[in-house]
Amino acid sequence: MNRPRQVLIFGGLALAAFGMLFGLYYAVFVEHQTLDQMGGSLAAAFVHAAERNTAESRSALDAYASTKYDYVRQVDVHSHWIGLAMLMIVLGAAFDRLAFGQRIQSAIAWTLFAGSVIFPLGVILQTASHGSAFASALAIAGSGLVIIALAVTAFGFLRDKTAQ
Amino acid sequence: MATTVTQARDSAHLPAMSAQRLLIFGGIALIAGGMLFGDIFAVFVLHQNGGETGAALLAASHAVAAQNPTAVKEAFARIGGLLEDRGTKVDTHVHMTDAGYLALLLALVQPYVALSASRKKTLARLFLLGGVLLPIGIFLIHYVGLAYSPSSVIGLASILADSAGALMIIALLGEAWGLLHYFRSGNVSVEDELPQDRTWERRTLLSGGTMLVLLGFLYGVWYAGVNLYDQEARETKILSATLDAAGASTSAVTQTVNAYGMLAAEKAVEIAAHSHIIEFGLLAILLSFVQPYIFLSDLWKRRWVMVLLMGSIILPIFVLLELKIGLIAGGIADVGGLMVIVALVGMLVGVLRFSGSLDAQARGLS
Repeated sequence: MNRPRQVLIFGGLALAAFGMLFGLYYAVFVEHQTLDQMGGSLAAAFVHAAERNTAESRSALDAYASTKYDYVRQVDVHSHWIGLAMLMIVLGAAFDRLAFGQRIQSAIAWTLFAGSVIFPLGVILQTASHGSAFASALAIAGSGLVIIALAVTAFGFLRDKTAQ
Repeated sequence: MATTVTQARDSAHLPAMSAQRLLIFGGIALIAGGMLFGDIFAVFVLHQNGGETGAALLAASHAVAAQNPTAVKEAFARIGGLLEDRGTKVDTHVHMTDAGYLALLLALVQPYVALSASRKKTLARLFLLGGVLLPIGIFLIHYVGLAYSPSSVIGLASILADSAGALMIIALLGEAWGLLHYFRSGNVSVEDELPQDRTWERRTLLSGGTMLVLLGFLYGVWYAGVNLYDQEARETKILSATLDAAGASTSAVTQTVNAYGMLAAEKAVEIAAHSHIIEFGLLAILLSFVQPYIFLSDLWKRRWVMVLLMGSIILPIFVLLELKIGLIAGGIADVGGLMVIVALVGMLVGVLRFSGSLDAQARGLS
């Protein structure tokens, strides 16, 4: 097994394990509380409105919006880390069919690995500070790396291997 | 015929009822089953469930207008039940197809799992059993609830789903143990490695699959940059308007609840398009590895590849168009899903024919 395949397969396995551990931690310690808070806030907003308590109703609606902002990103991070890890493992299995030399293969493998780590990391950092420019920039940079790596990989699979 | 040559060359790669063969059969069958379930869900449950949820939200808003907090709570309990119904069905679809992907992935790594053939077969059976029982358990959660359960919190169906998940984890740990042995023993393959050919079918599936993943990723980036924040802001605004309208007029409440339903549909189709195109891309890449084991003429192998890739692009595009051109787009999207299922079944038949011919050869019948 050459170096680029090792990067993709072992990097993918490590990322999948990390994504699953994050998911396990999230499911056990965070998710139920978050869902309760989200459903409870929305129901409370309606109940307070029925009681004609506008201020409480607005405050409950804001709490719902804020909790949902975090929930969407937390779940996305879990699924994207594992999804990207699976993609790395599958591409790792097929990488010897890529019509590029070892150096370009290595560059693609490392780019995909870096992007797969950085992109969800940027997303989860958005929950620490809503609307953080640094977190958004990190997510954009990470997704850019994944896009570049995938575009070059698609070209490499399409190309006749004798052309390298 | 090229297939005959390939078959003779690959006869050592797929021994009779080996773990690899079980995982390939089981994986393709689980993916086809999961997709069929998804198609049935999309046609018979999804829209009806959305309509009922909208009606329950409308009832909650009317209860706000009537200053009746008890009725508000009842309406939200109904919304909770409807969301559970929808959520468990989506999860059944996702878990069945994902178990199939994992089975195909495990089939790929079998040559590097340094365990005896019988242990590998036991692990494969364990994984497939978990892969079948897990979605069944998830599907039953909404219907069984807490009936006959020894616990006051977790129902029997959840226990079944969790136990099936545990079986899959045990199987995966066993496979990881075998892989570790392989790497510690100096990378000596215990079986023949997968064929390394670069046929048209394999190249098309590999490049087409990667392109699909890339398209899905580009769409996801666009969605996150342009639509995600806008939709979050719109949701809060619509809910706020619903609460305001509840004290004023019935028609205004109906309007805002309809707007909320449209927003929910918009989010659902955009996320579905993103996730389906990426999953189909992964499926195409995984199926490229199975191509040497498909005992069909080259013409039919290419036909199934094209049908699969066309279905993979038709489904997400027409799911997205559902909001613009309505149910016709939904119908075309379902046809796209059916094309993927038909291609999968076609390939599965090819694998069955391949393994059947190997078995016949082994018994000296041919």
